Amino acid sequence: MSDAALAIAPAGVAEHAHAAIEVRGVSHHFKLSGAKLAVLDGIELSVAPGEFVALLGPSGCGKSTLLRLIAGLEAPTSGSILADGESIRKPDPSRMLVFQDPTLFPWASVWKNVATGLEARGLLANQRRRVDEALALVELKEFADAFPHQLSGGMAQRASLARALVNDPALLLLDEPLGKLDSLTRLTLQAELVRLWQRNGFTAILVTHDVEEALLLASRIVVFSDRPARIKQEFRFEKPYPRHRDDAELVALRRSILGTLGLAT
Amino acid sequence: MSEAAVASATVSDPLAAVRGLWRDGVLAAVAWAAAALVTIGLPDVVPWGSVGLFAAVTGGVAAILLALSPFVRRLGHAGEVLVHYGPWLVAVGAWLALWELTTAKFGWLPKPFFSPPHGILNVYVTDGQRLLICIGYSLRLWALGFFSGVVVGYAVGVALGWSKQFSYWGMPLLKLIGPVPATAWIPCTFYFFPTTFGASIFIVALASGIPVAILTASGVGSVNRAFYDVGRILGADSWYLIRKVAIPASTPHVFVGLFMGLYYSFAVLVVAEMLGAKYGLGWYIQFQTAYSGYANVYAAIVIMAVLCAGIVRLLFAVRDRLLSWQEGFIS
Ligand SMILES: Nc1ncnc2c1ncn2[C@@H]1O[C@H](COP(=O)(O)OP(=O)(O)O)[C@@H](O)[C@H]1O
Ligand SMILES: [Mg+2]
Repeated sequence: MSDAALAIAPAGVAEHAHAAIEVRGVSHHFKLSGAKLAVLDGIELSVAPGEFVALLGPSGCGKSTLLRLIAGLEAPTSGSILADGESIRKPDPSRMLVFQDPTLFPWASVWKNVATGLEARGLLANQRRRVDEALALVELKEFADAFPHQLSGGMAQRASLARALVNDPALLLLDEPLGKLDSLTRLTLQAELVRLWQRNGFTAILVTHDVEEALLLASRIVVFSDRPARIKQEFRFEKPYPRHRDDAELVALRRSILGTLGLAT
Repeated sequence: MSEAAVASATVSDPLAAVRGLWRDGVLAAVAWAAAALVTIGLPDVVPWGSVGLFAAVTGGVAAILLALSPFVRRLGHAGEVLVHYGPWLVAVGAWLALWELTTAKFGWLPKPFFSPPHGILNVYVTDGQRLLICIGYSLRLWALGFFSGVVVGYAVGVALGWSKQFSYWGMPLLKLIGPVPATAWIPCTFYFFPTTFGASIFIVALASGIPVAILTASGVGSVNRAFYDVGRILGADSWYLIRKVAIPASTPHVFVGLFMGLYYSFAVLVVAEMLGAKYGLGWYIQFQTAYSGYANVYAAIVIMAVLCAGIVRLLFAVRDRLLSWQEGFIS
């Protein structure tokens, strides 16, 4: 926690925490009115420390479920998931999950929402500054005392991001975090995500339904099949940031990814 | 409008002074003066006492209203409140005059079943001391019963809403006991509590605690699961989730239960005080009814209504403070 605590501070460009994730033969099913609903089918996935991976797939195929398993909110029916070689059994503050809905606590101010993680672990008293810094990082300093219902959708999602980042996670799981925002706000926040990722050095796994978003942010795209989700194909590419959507290579990639998704035109 | 514009309007418009007048205030003054005149001018069919005092009070109100009428718009917030309640002031004055006529003056609604307003005033004058003691006793019983009921009901509600095991055994019991009026438990209550006072507190506590328990349980049980997921991701343990997620998230439900409990507690308070208490508004009402002291009964009812309304108002203020975070909440 010692060095990691500095990662959010402007000066702390030194060592950043980033986790390696191993998903080994993970299958998962839910019990739905007695019947088994298979959701994940033999997922094998390795994510290197500091990597930015995007997951694409048809709606309802099991992407959110996979993120919940990696976060440790639920245990897989079979297979195992390792973070830095250790089996994931329960949620841990080093692995943060950001949902599509900001799910801020409506009864608490933005500041208190962002402080939740530190408070829950009894660290808040010594580290109040980190909350201010996290708010500054997502440009919400003036809204520290506002209540969530007073924020716009984009601001609420930035607050939700700050609430995750203040814990200086080694792994950031993003479940369609920009899915409900208007396109202009989405563009801004995409750039912001890249900036935060480059600066803090966490490992990022992003679920999105937007192929373009995946191409702009990730260095690897994993495409899933229909439910139960299997990995259909992976696309690796190196491109410096900031990227441009009309870059020839990305446009070509986009076409072949859409083809894999069965959406080629 | 600029000040200059206002000034020129005053000069050029001879009706300006009349326009600035608070019309409802003048009407209310007339109504209250009528009540005063009726009271002092016509004889009582049967004497009630305090005629002069009541006439003085209503006449005084009339004088104040009349005096305020030209200035009321310059009184700021207090003036706005007065103007808002203007029609009510008119209605109350007219109502008092009518009430005097039908009861004391014409005797259409006869003694002892009905009392004119000055008859009720006379009760406060002659029996004020005893009524004050009764208010004290009633408030003590209500406060002890209500607060102990709410504390226990709230704790039980949180446990029921949070713990599956607690809910498995507790919820069916609560659903069985809940609809039974608290007063139905009087016989066994008397067996279990050594004193009448203890039994009365228990009845009031039961009446206020059960709705709080039911609504708290449903509130805690219906908290959006995603909030718990967020809490767990952020490293919260169960105790933190209860304190910082379940409890604040369920507060709107809890207040519904508190308001229900408040009304039930008032309703059973009177009954509880009839169980052999020596003082209290409920006891006073029962005692005076037995002696056909209906004016005294009305006097006690008025006090009760005012007390209850005051406490409800207080609870609303507390709720507005605690729930100011809710979307669309006007505060
Ligand atoms: N807790 C649950 N119980 C039962 N079924 C669930 C549960 N969570 C998700 N599912 C089902 O699992 C499937 C995959 O869901 P999800 O992982 O949310 O898909 P997506 O890829 O759209 O994020 C869906 O059919 C959904 O209905
Ligand atoms: Mg999903």
